[in-house]
Amino acid sequence: MKTCLIVDDSRLIRKFSRQSMEALGFMVSEACDGQQAIQSCEAAMPDVILLDWNMPVMSGIEFLRVLRQTGHANQPKVVFCTTESDAAHIQAAIEAGADEYVMKPFDHDTLHMKLQLVGVA
Amino acid sequence: MQVSLASERLLAELLRARTGQELPDNRRWRIGTALSGLCREYGIDSIDQLVAMFSPTRQSVLARQMVEALLNNETYFFRDRALFDHLVGHVLPTLAETRAESRTLTIWSVGCSTGQEALTLAMLFASQEARWAGWTISILGTDVSGSVIEIARKGCYTPFQIQRGLAMGEMMRWFEETPQGWRVRERLRRMIRFEEHNLLDPLPALPGGQMPTFDIVLCRNVLLYFDAATRERAFARVASALAPDGWLMLGAGETTLGLTDRLSPERGAPGFFRHAKPAKPRRAAVAPAAIA
Repeated sequence: MKTCLIVDDSRLIRKFSRQSMEALGFMVSEACDGQQAIQSCEAAMPDVILLDWNMPVMSGIEFLRVLRQTGHANQPKVVFCTTESDAAHIQAAIEAGADEYVMKPFDHDTLHMKLQLVGVA
Repeated sequence: MQVSLASERLLAELLRARTGQELPDNRRWRIGTALSGLCREYGIDSIDQLVAMFSPTRQSVLARQMVEALLNNETYFFRDRALFDHLVGHVLPTLAETRAESRTLTIWSVGCSTGQEALTLAMLFASQEARWAGWTISILGTDVSGSVIEIARKGCYTPFQIQRGLAMGEMMRWFEETPQGWRVRERLRRMIRFEEHNLLDPLPALPGGQMPTFDIVLCRNVLLYFDAATRERAFARVASALAPDGWLMLGAGETTLGLTDRLSPERGAPGFFRHAKPAKPRRAAVAPAAIA
């Protein structure tokens, strides 16, 4: 079973995303910020990460830069899921190593399509 | 929102008269949701009141608004990607050879809604820039709804619309962010023309008087709203507009079987149809005496 880490400081968003990912057959774990996400990845690297941008302690983009610099052999696919919907943020996400980008609000079908595009669904 | 049986019937009749589309009993549940926005706009509480406001005997803005609200405008970029993969892998290379002299391709996106299908086609050509250099690619997008054609012409999409079907790299490549939304870049826009048109009506003739023909016609998720007799008429229109060696692309699960003998499925390519080859005349049995 493929694994997914949802990183978002909103409990509501984590709940919605968990339902979507579980419906797609993923085993899901959660983190509230970038720092928790690093700890989670150290314990077990997931296949895909759904990543919020604005979070306390460590933002999504900071976490992504750290993740990509680790040189870990099994780098997960990273899909940003954020309210930041301008081209500058998307460009920054691409440069930091994101695989896809979903702008909130989004629906289950959109998330599924993005996961297909990155090859994990 | 509750709707009386009389209002349902009247709306179904209005939709059929204006577009040819059916609103069977099992789809009438949509009426409440589809028209609730219009009720809010007119400041009234019920769809029955809304229906009572218009007279079916005269052309009215309200009638048009109600019909447009009842239409299903669902669309997104690269809908059923496998079909576009076949288009790129098989159909376009064949057309590149057969049209090498004229270097012109014409494509019709029927029921184009807000334009995502036509734009998907334009992206395919623009991403093979070297192959199509010097070619004239003309994509016509038509829809019975004037309001969606207006949106398609503007070519501006919300974040929700733009990300449906497009990878982030494609978004950034083919659209630019503006205060009005994500606007399609000129490079794609210049390949496409959007027109309000009902598939059941003849297409306008070209300036020289001849009827337009298309190398590819996409008519996906349009015919399912017609009854069998209307589908036959629609297929006749499409068949007449399709070049003799052209391709018709239908939606997943749609077929020509039992509805027209002018178009038949392309073997090994689900969703693609071509002009049926005329049946070979039966060879007359040769009498043994003639052989001798």
